Amino acid sequence: MNASRLLAQILKELLSLLRDPRARAILVLPPLLQLMIFSFAATLEVRNATIAVFNEDSGQPAETFVSAVTHAGFVGRVIPVFDQQHQDDVIERGEALLALHIPEEFSRLRLAGEAAPVQVILDGQQANTAQVALSYLQAIAMAQADAEEPIVLRHAFNPNLTYQWYVVPSLSGILSMFIALVVTALSIARERELGTFDQLLVSPTTPAEIILAKCLPAVLVGFVMGSIMISAALLLFRVPFTGSLLWLAGALGLFMVSVVGIGLMISAVSKTQQQAILGAFAIGVPMVLMSGFATPVENMPLILQWVSQAIPLTHFLVIVQGSFLKAIPESVVLSHLWPMAVTALVTLMGATLVVQRRLS
Amino acid sequence: MTAIVLENLSKTFGKTLALQDISGQIAAGRLTGLVGPDGAGKTTLIRMMAGLLGPDEGSLRVAGLDPVTQGSALAESVGYMPQRFGLYEDLTVLENLRLYAELRGLARADYRHTLDRLLEFTRLGPFTDRLAGRLSGGMKQKLGLACSLVTTPDVLLLDEPGVGVDPVSRQDLWRMVQALTGEGMAVIWATAYLEEAEQCEDVLLLNEGQLRFAGRPKELTSRLEGRCFSLCGSSDKRALLAQVLTAPGVRDGTIEGDRIRVVMDAGCPAPDIESVNAVIPVSPRFEDAFIDLLGGGPGGQSPLADQMPEVASMGDVVSCQNLTRRFGDFVAADSVIFRVRSGEILGLLGPNGAGKSTTFKMLCGLLKPSSGEAIVAGKDLSRFATDAKLRLGYMAQKFSLYGLLSVRQNLAFYAGVYGLRGREKKERIRQMVDGLQLDSLLDSAPDQLSLGFKQRLALACALMHRPPILFLDEPTSGVDPITRREFWTHINGLVAKGVTVLVTTHFMDEAEYCDRVALMHRGRIIALDSPDRLKARAGQGASMEQAFIHLIEAEPDE
Amino acid sequence: MNSRRLLALVSKESLQIVRDPSAILIAFVLPVLLLFLFAYAVSLDIRQVHLGVVLQSDSARAQSLAADFSGTPYFRVVPVRHRKEVTPLLVSGELKGYVLIPADFDRRLFRGDPLIQVITDGTQPNTANFVAGYTRGVLVNWLSDHGLQAPIRLDARFWFNPEVETRKFLVPGAIAIIMTMIGTLLTALVVAREWERGTMEALLSTPARIPEILLGKLLPYFGLGLVATMGSTLLAIHIFDVPLRGSWAALLLVSSCFLVPALGQGLVISALARNQFIAAQAALFSGFLPAFLLSGFLFEIDAMPAPIRWLTHIVPARYFIESLHSVFLVGDVWSLLLQDMFAMLGLGTVMFVIARVKTRKSLE
Repeated sequence: MNASRLLAQILKELLSLLRDPRARAILVLPPLLQLMIFSFAATLEVRNATIAVFNEDSGQPAETFVSAVTHAGFVGRVIPVFDQQHQDDVIERGEALLALHIPEEFSRLRLAGEAAPVQVILDGQQANTAQVALSYLQAIAMAQADAEEPIVLRHAFNPNLTYQWYVVPSLSGILSMFIALVVTALSIARERELGTFDQLLVSPTTPAEIILAKCLPAVLVGFVMGSIMISAALLLFRVPFTGSLLWLAGALGLFMVSVVGIGLMISAVSKTQQQAILGAFAIGVPMVLMSGFATPVENMPLILQWVSQAIPLTHFLVIVQGSFLKAIPESVVLSHLWPMAVTALVTLMGATLVVQRRLS
Repeated sequence: MTAIVLENLSKTFGKTLALQDISGQIAAGRLTGLVGPDGAGKTTLIRMMAGLLGPDEGSLRVAGLDPVTQGSALAESVGYMPQRFGLYEDLTVLENLRLYAELRGLARADYRHTLDRLLEFTRLGPFTDRLAGRLSGGMKQKLGLACSLVTTPDVLLLDEPGVGVDPVSRQDLWRMVQALTGEGMAVIWATAYLEEAEQCEDVLLLNEGQLRFAGRPKELTSRLEGRCFSLCGSSDKRALLAQVLTAPGVRDGTIEGDRIRVVMDAGCPAPDIESVNAVIPVSPRFEDAFIDLLGGGPGGQSPLADQMPEVASMGDVVSCQNLTRRFGDFVAADSVIFRVRSGEILGLLGPNGAGKSTTFKMLCGLLKPSSGEAIVAGKDLSRFATDAKLRLGYMAQKFSLYGLLSVRQNLAFYAGVYGLRGREKKERIRQMVDGLQLDSLLDSAPDQLSLGFKQRLALACALMHRPPILFLDEPTSGVDPITRREFWTHINGLVAKGVTVLVTTHFMDEAEYCDRVALMHRGRIIALDSPDRLKARAGQGASMEQAFIHLIEAEPDE
Repeated sequence: MNSRRLLALVSKESLQIVRDPSAILIAFVLPVLLLFLFAYAVSLDIRQVHLGVVLQSDSARAQSLAADFSGTPYFRVVPVRHRKEVTPLLVSGELKGYVLIPADFDRRLFRGDPLIQVITDGTQPNTANFVAGYTRGVLVNWLSDHGLQAPIRLDARFWFNPEVETRKFLVPGAIAIIMTMIGTLLTALVVAREWERGTMEALLSTPARIPEILLGKLLPYFGLGLVATMGSTLLAIHIFDVPLRGSWAALLLVSSCFLVPALGQGLVISALARNQFIAAQAALFSGFLPAFLLSGFLFEIDAMPAPIRWLTHIVPARYFIESLHSVFLVGDVWSLLLQDMFAMLGLGTVMFVIARVKTRKSLE
């Protein structure tokens, strides 16, 4: 390992990433724009939902119940329906998320102090939304009882279940992963296509130096972008931060190293830039899907749970979410750091070996 | 009959003036060369004739049609072969031909006949099922030509069809084109190579967007009658050339085997130099006239080489012992044996696909030999990589420059990669910048440079660590003669300092600069000798190109 | 339009698809991978959520309530004796919430005080909502079973998907993602490649006209898209157990309508960016990500802020996903399908007009 050779290459990589203002813009702006749009769009909350109400009962208790439902926070529009056929149509055409059918004897049963049934027809096409809406309805139904609410409910770490508190820190991990992945996936493939890679290989530099030099600038760019997005979460979206910034920074750094390792692996085996782009895409999307971002890892089949343990993003998400909201202790952070370190070591060594094999 | 009429054509791209006030006529049934250095506007003019670009000012008529308003009719009567011919690399030879036959509406009845004729014409018959991407450069060009000839156009436009093509294939191309003009077709052949231009019936000579000459090549050449000489010297030919170029009245000079060819200013006698034994008047060539028209060749001094330290002689610098490389069943290089002496230029020639690049790559350590050994600077590259690599410089055909870095940053990068640092690094870069006159361009991107400057920059990067051995892989492909002379001035200067050079090339005038030439064919070296002796093998007065074709064709077919 | 030239261009393009490994990767390998992941890895289903139950009362009633929590398929109950032990488990994510049944449970029952405490892990709001909803459901049923309260009983029925499996709406939605990749990403890449390799210049100099060249590109990818749809549908039905309640005819019809704007978008991108890298970036940013995030595939459009909601109207995948859900899970609801097809064709027309204007038969 020779310092001036390494320095020259690191400088070259940084310059080819950042010298051109247009390239800089393409690198920096889309992720920030994505952060802005997706933090609002990527929500599993139920808001502004359309519901249908088919009320066959004219009694007071029915009126009270219907009014409580139609004024609930998650309801946006109410379609009153007056017969079974119309109700079914509305659901079939996907116009309403759910239909509430209050039978004739509802008020009579309520006044008699008996259990009063209400039919709820939910659109199972939107299974998740429908289930959330049903749980809201249940809370409303329970509150109709004269007795005091039998449950004291508290959401730890995020009392109002603000969705952005979950999405924004997670997006900072996902988006900075994609930046680092694309930057490194292209780096060797581009040099190969332009012929500069041969020029590098005839110079005295070693494969380990080439890989290290390609690694550091990409880690730096990913780290800076990740930090910007984490700062946006802190300052712009005002997500509370309870953990240690130092540990989070360390975890972000290690996370970037492991992602860059994966990117360089893709790059080392691709022949053209097109293959590298599609390869980064074909690896990156499944990594996000299995990371536990969209859905909890525990919901997956066991084999996929194992696979997800090899994905650096899975561990980083635990650390970043924990650092923001849960005051995550160091021992837990550590238990998620070492799997990332293993991935980084394996992929970086793999990429070095692939380059080495081309040389000899 | 006139096939193309150009009237006061002008075209600008942004601030660059590509063509300025071009007028002229191109005759049917004749081969017209469109000649000029890199960036002269040849491609722009050809694209206008093909209807792919509109003129800013002026007008043109091609086969009686206006390309701007009658584009679709024009496409029927014009055949066009772009610089990088648009072959679909993942389609076979036959599939490519069929596609263009269908697109150009070849009559079904003529199908068989036409395709058979084209395949025979191009000698591609045995390769109909091969993917176009797997063809050699020469075969690709021939297939490209065939694709633009599936129907018989009135006008055929060829944009630098000879680039990267070996002499044997080039001969085939000429044969094909000449047969076509015989049928009354107007053929326009754009080129930066003047040997090709000389064979054209008419030429249009462009320089910096202006038309400098139109007429028969002979007309231009005859102006130089009595001004060209061949000098036979006793001293080293490279030293002699440098001496000749500094002599008063010398317009241009090149090495031709063991002799020097000079062009003198009008009215000047041949230079009187002590070590010259014989001065033989020779007939002028188109290249001489071209250089003369553009203001003469560059001088013979290389400020770059002047700064280089002397390299101590060390006997055999490169030696290949039974160097063999197989790709599956295919033997790309077959027991290659040769040695290169210190301070020598060895040229590696051969048809496309003969194994030149494979051999070259093994010597540079880019490819591992299947068997045999390559010793460079006394080291086996596959074992002592880093050490030996510090002693070799490499310049690839594609000029491996980082397009995203400025010129200055490219230089600094290559200095750093070769372990230079601090003041030494600064000084070395300064020397390169001074030696190659790059100062005004330090902050531009390599992509914005002309081909000539790119080549200089690539040379600077390859020489940053002052290697005693220099590998050049088709270093002047697509470059015009003036730039090529400049390049060779530097190389000659370096060799004079004791640097050893290995070069692959398709250009015979480049081969003339070599001390020895190794001719490769089908993975083997079939001849290894000095240029003059190789020429002698093909008979009295044979050119290098004739020698090349002679030696290749003497090989038994497989 | 000359049918002979068109046919030649179509067969050329088809040969290239067959011989290009990256086209095969995008059109056949990635779809299978994505379908598999959406069927098994991405699941919003609430099954076996880890729930701590802190049982501080020894009474029979409290124990029967605790047993009811264990009895539902939604929770996997981790019994905990002390409240102190729960918090670290919540922090490390091993528990998604816990229920506290206090020592004075019976007395509270008698006095009508709040009975139990439910604490969820709010870092994942969606799971927290489910934990809250299902614990409440368990308690309401327990109260009513023991005749302790007469509540309003919500008799819920999930139409089209009675087992409430997210797979059933994610797998059809994934088909839209796959088609976006084939239509937009692949088309943008292959046209950009023709510019990069110089074959476009050769094509432009032949008598072939622009509409022929464009159509020659589109028809094979149109076919490829339909083949990929059929393949994905067969996988969905036979491997991933998703019902196809509508007809194949309706499915192919809406797919065809979706391919119009998807391919059009690919053409527009490649007409503007004649370079594969930029084309890929643009296709990802304007095609793939909106199809993923702004189409109602994963995230409910109604819940988005108004400006983003308006934006979703120009995302063709939005209409396609709605149609796909309907064809797979509901049936051929023509009134809905026609409306969606109309919207997709409208967007497609706009794309094609832009592509036609931007692709000129010249190199300027």
